[in-house]
Amino acid sequence: MDSSQLLGITTFTYLFSTVLYIAVLVFKTPKLGIIATVFTALAWFVQTAGLVLRWIESYQLGIGHAPLTNMYESVVFFAWTIILLYLLIEWKFKTKIIGAFAVPFAFLAMAYASFSTDLNKAINPLVPALQSNWLIAHVVTCFVGYAAFAVAAALGIMYLLKNKSSGDDTSSSSISSRLPSPTVIDDIIHKTMVFGFIWLTGGIITGAIWANSAWGTYWSWDPKETWSLITWFFYAIILHARYTRGWSGTRIAFLAIFGFISVLFTYYGVNFLLSGLHSYGSS
Amino acid sequence: MILVNQFWNFFSSVKLAIFTLCSLAATSIIGTIIPQGEPAAFYVKNYGAKTAHFLQVLDIPEMYYSWWFLGLLGILSTNLIICSFDRFPSVWKIITTDNLGITPERVEKMSNFSKWEFGTNKLDKIDLAGMLKQGGWKATSRKLGDNELFFCEKGRWSRTGVYIVHLSILVIFVGAIIGHFFGFKGSVMIPEMRSAQKVFGYKNEGTLQLGFEIRCNTFTIEFYDNGMPKEYRSSLTVLEDGKEVLTKDIEVNTPLTYKGITFYQSSYQGYQDFLLNITDKSTGDSKIFTLPFQKQMTWDEKDLHFGIINAEAVGQRVVRSKVWFKAGENPASIEWLADNNQATFVSGAKEYTISAKQMYATGLQVAKDPGVWVVYIGCGIMLIGLYMAFFMSHQRIWLYKKNGSATPELWLSGSANKNKMGFSKGFLELKNRIEHAVQR
Repeated sequence: MDSSQLLGITTFTYLFSTVLYIAVLVFKTPKLGIIATVFTALAWFVQTAGLVLRWIESYQLGIGHAPLTNMYESVVFFAWTIILLYLLIEWKFKTKIIGAFAVPFAFLAMAYASFSTDLNKAINPLVPALQSNWLIAHVVTCFVGYAAFAVAAALGIMYLLKNKSSGDDTSSSSISSRLPSPTVIDDIIHKTMVFGFIWLTGGIITGAIWANSAWGTYWSWDPKETWSLITWFFYAIILHARYTRGWSGTRIAFLAIFGFISVLFTYYGVNFLLSGLHSYGSS
Repeated sequence: MILVNQFWNFFSSVKLAIFTLCSLAATSIIGTIIPQGEPAAFYVKNYGAKTAHFLQVLDIPEMYYSWWFLGLLGILSTNLIICSFDRFPSVWKIITTDNLGITPERVEKMSNFSKWEFGTNKLDKIDLAGMLKQGGWKATSRKLGDNELFFCEKGRWSRTGVYIVHLSILVIFVGAIIGHFFGFKGSVMIPEMRSAQKVFGYKNEGTLQLGFEIRCNTFTIEFYDNGMPKEYRSSLTVLEDGKEVLTKDIEVNTPLTYKGITFYQSSYQGYQDFLLNITDKSTGDSKIFTLPFQKQMTWDEKDLHFGIINAEAVGQRVVRSKVWFKAGENPASIEWLADNNQATFVSGAKEYTISAKQMYATGLQVAKDPGVWVVYIGCGIMLIGLYMAFFMSHQRIWLYKKNGSATPELWLSGSANKNKMGFSKGFLELKNRIEHAVQR
């Protein structure tokens, strides 16, 4: 058994979990919900094992480093963080319905990591610039933030669905009625976004400190840095709009989705569409 | 006066903050699409003369340092300062107010109000302060005649969180400004065995004197088996008035700092020259020679003649070199040496250790930034402020023991400024606790 097999199993189990969560949403079967949670948790443990094994394998190759150093590894870690956050939210807010919206994100990420031909799946040694203790701190803080924003976007989609169908509460209300109330979704969107904002801030700060220790400048307006700042501004605007102008509901749901598009561009778009210092993730 | 008021209102508004943040976010995108800091010809070539002129007028090639971008940051700072001055006094009043100084009737009008009535004087038997303490609330109290008012609060200072975040942004700006005016960034290329006293600034400052000398002793590259670079390492020595004061090996993530100036490993350059290190084993004498390719040199005192007569390279990097060596009248010997490896040459009764390596220059990034710690402190303050602002809330509880009337009463109310759902849970717990004590 090697790490790529475990991560392959993870991909399919996340697909299965997605199907289960959607089934929970469509059919009124609370028992299915428990199965969905168990499967998701199981897949998450398999993925954890896969990541740990990949870490061990890198040491066996004599180039030991945490599995957080290229696009493939980061996408896998992104999926891992989404599921971890989702399971925590499910446990804290006692609702399984969010799974039908959040787990697909993790599945899509894993499917992209597994099947895309653009990504290099080999374990490669670290170039000198990446040999730093800041690597783990920087990548982990950023990706916890990204995953939180992904979950916030999933909740945003859920909110819009709920809101749309609550207008005509006779026809499609069967599914919609099983979604949490708009106020609850709105509250969770806000909390997830705040959580992501703090981690993104931490990610930018650790990145700045690392850049300073490697290149002698904590901020060089490199496209990656700039886009992370744009994303930070975006969420800062949302938070100000909420706290001081009382924005909530549909507007915030839309902004959560747009914010995540900015996150995706920072994470993915910059590496492939723009050039810059931060080009480790593009292979 | 009206003008001052208008100015104040304009700069204290959240609308302005949102507008400025939107402008900063939107304009920042430009610099990620149009490459920054290229020479003027680059823009003419890529965008045509007309567009290039337009870009130059708007300072787009250096947009993050342009008057208008810095202007936006200036507006943001002014906005932050004035809006904080505008709002902070009222927040400070809430933080420092005497919460026991309220008229008890106000408790009745607050949110989450509950009331218990007692037929007897059983109320005196209940240890209210102790009960609050059990619920995790430390109470202060004040007697008002026969009655008593209790007050507890948590997270009073969390109200300052948002101002701390705003302050942290200003601290970071101050750090950046200090770095701009009192620091510099530059680079220098130092060949092995040579030293430099000045570096070349990135901006228009030209050459900059270090005030001391920095020498590159050696530069080495290591590669992984697959050909990827593994390590760039320079051994550097700092010299003051010709005397060595500090020697350190630097790598990409481990720079050398001396007198506030930091040297970072950033690039290198290979030469066609070689460094030959010869040690006379019998005496221990040792000397390093800089040797051009295929040129003979001599160590006169020892009557040694030597040269590199051939070399094998991968790209610009020499892998091994062929050393020709002759001591006195003994016959010459020739040997292939792997780069940076040594071998022993026997000549008559004497033995010499010789190592040969390609000569490199190390490329150093040089930076002095006295503001960097201010920036880091600002970052730390920001994280603390964000935590306070988002994860803590100011929770207040009033408990009023009303003995005066015929039926003694107990009033309870409380509120939180944030996370009201979380507060309700804790509040309900306290209510149940009191309920329980009352019914016993």
